[in-house]
Amino acid sequence: METLLSIIFIYIFVENFVLQRFFGICPFLGVSRKMETAVGMSMAVIFVMTLATLVTWLLYTYVLVPFGLTYLQIVTFILVIASLVQLVETVLRKISPTLYQGLGIFLPLITTNCAVLAVTLLAIRQEFSLVESIVFSIAAAIGFALALIIMAGIRERLEMAEIPEVLQGSAVTLITAGILSIAFMGFQGMLTL
Amino acid sequence: MSDAAKAPGAIMRQNLWTSNPIFMQVLGICSALAVTNLLSNTMIMTVGVVFVTAMSSLTVSLLKSLIPRKVRMVVQTLIIAFYVIIVDIVLRAYLPEISRNLGPYVGLIITNCIIMGRAEAFAQSNGPVLSFWDGMTSGMGYMGVLLTIALVRELLGFGSLFGFQVLPAFFEPWIIMVMPPSAFFLIGLIVWIGKTIMHRQGEPVLEGE
Repeated sequence: METLLSIIFIYIFVENFVLQRFFGICPFLGVSRKMETAVGMSMAVIFVMTLATLVTWLLYTYVLVPFGLTYLQIVTFILVIASLVQLVETVLRKISPTLYQGLGIFLPLITTNCAVLAVTLLAIRQEFSLVESIVFSIAAAIGFALALIIMAGIRERLEMAEIPEVLQGSAVTLITAGILSIAFMGFQGMLTL
Repeated sequence: MSDAAKAPGAIMRQNLWTSNPIFMQVLGICSALAVTNLLSNTMIMTVGVVFVTAMSSLTVSLLKSLIPRKVRMVVQTLIIAFYVIIVDIVLRAYLPEISRNLGPYVGLIITNCIIMGRAEAFAQSNGPVLSFWDGMTSGMGYMGVLLTIALVRELLGFGSLFGFQVLPAFFEPWIIMVMPPSAFFLIGLIVWIGKTIMHRQGEPVLEGE
């Protein structure tokens, strides 16, 4: 239980996926313009990440390892993620049109979100058990969501500010991300696994 | 971005400068920012990216008439994955130390949007040789920016370049430079400087939505 709690704390704050580990910067810059899209993307990522980690962990442990195919890890995982995203999209459209309307447009973007692939690869690398992997993926996704939502809040304010033309867009966002990252450095070293 | 310019020189200029993947599009920095605190790691990582971008553009271009349009994303992903696995295995075999340092980031080259972007935007509609060139120069544009960041971070963070001490012993290393925030600041600054120079030259600087 203690390990699980520390995994949660570490991957939301200490090793924040976006601000300390640089995973998922593309969506972080891309969809943080508005609070609404940031929240939508966050929900979609939490959903897909957890599901992807569950499937890839089982596949790795019960298929790739027994057959000695671990060198196929990367390609298997990316295919699992891509097909999972497709599947979730189809299922969601059928059973919950409202949820689909909320998450729908973000789902295709997730395939190219390196944070999702990173979670699945790291869960294997850290030799987490199945339960730990799932807790880890949820924590990592919440960490991603946290960074994304904070950023969206800041960017909505930034809209009002007068920023030189050359600094607009990604430049100012990256510098803001740097300041956020310094804030998150405060958690550094608090807990380790 | 227009791909109308077909001359190799124009392609190079475009990829290294006016539509540099990092300046103008801020693509695919996820997988590589993390390794920029040491020049040697960055070098290996970006060489890997250049190799994968060039070879997958070439392959996509060679196979473009054979790939049905509907499944082309999946096929492109598989092609890219193929080259990434080669890079991963070669690193593990010959440079185990660096492979351990780079950790999961090598595998993440797959999701680097630059590679997929070049395959989709250029290789899909151009010949193999030009596509190879386009992929390679795009990769190099990316490499240039990341090496600059790594240069600053290693010099100020450790006082060394490629692991050799170059600054005198009384220099106090800036710890912040090896920590994650500095990567964000530096890339923000580089984008800013790059855009300022472009703006002076009269190029458009606002990003497309």
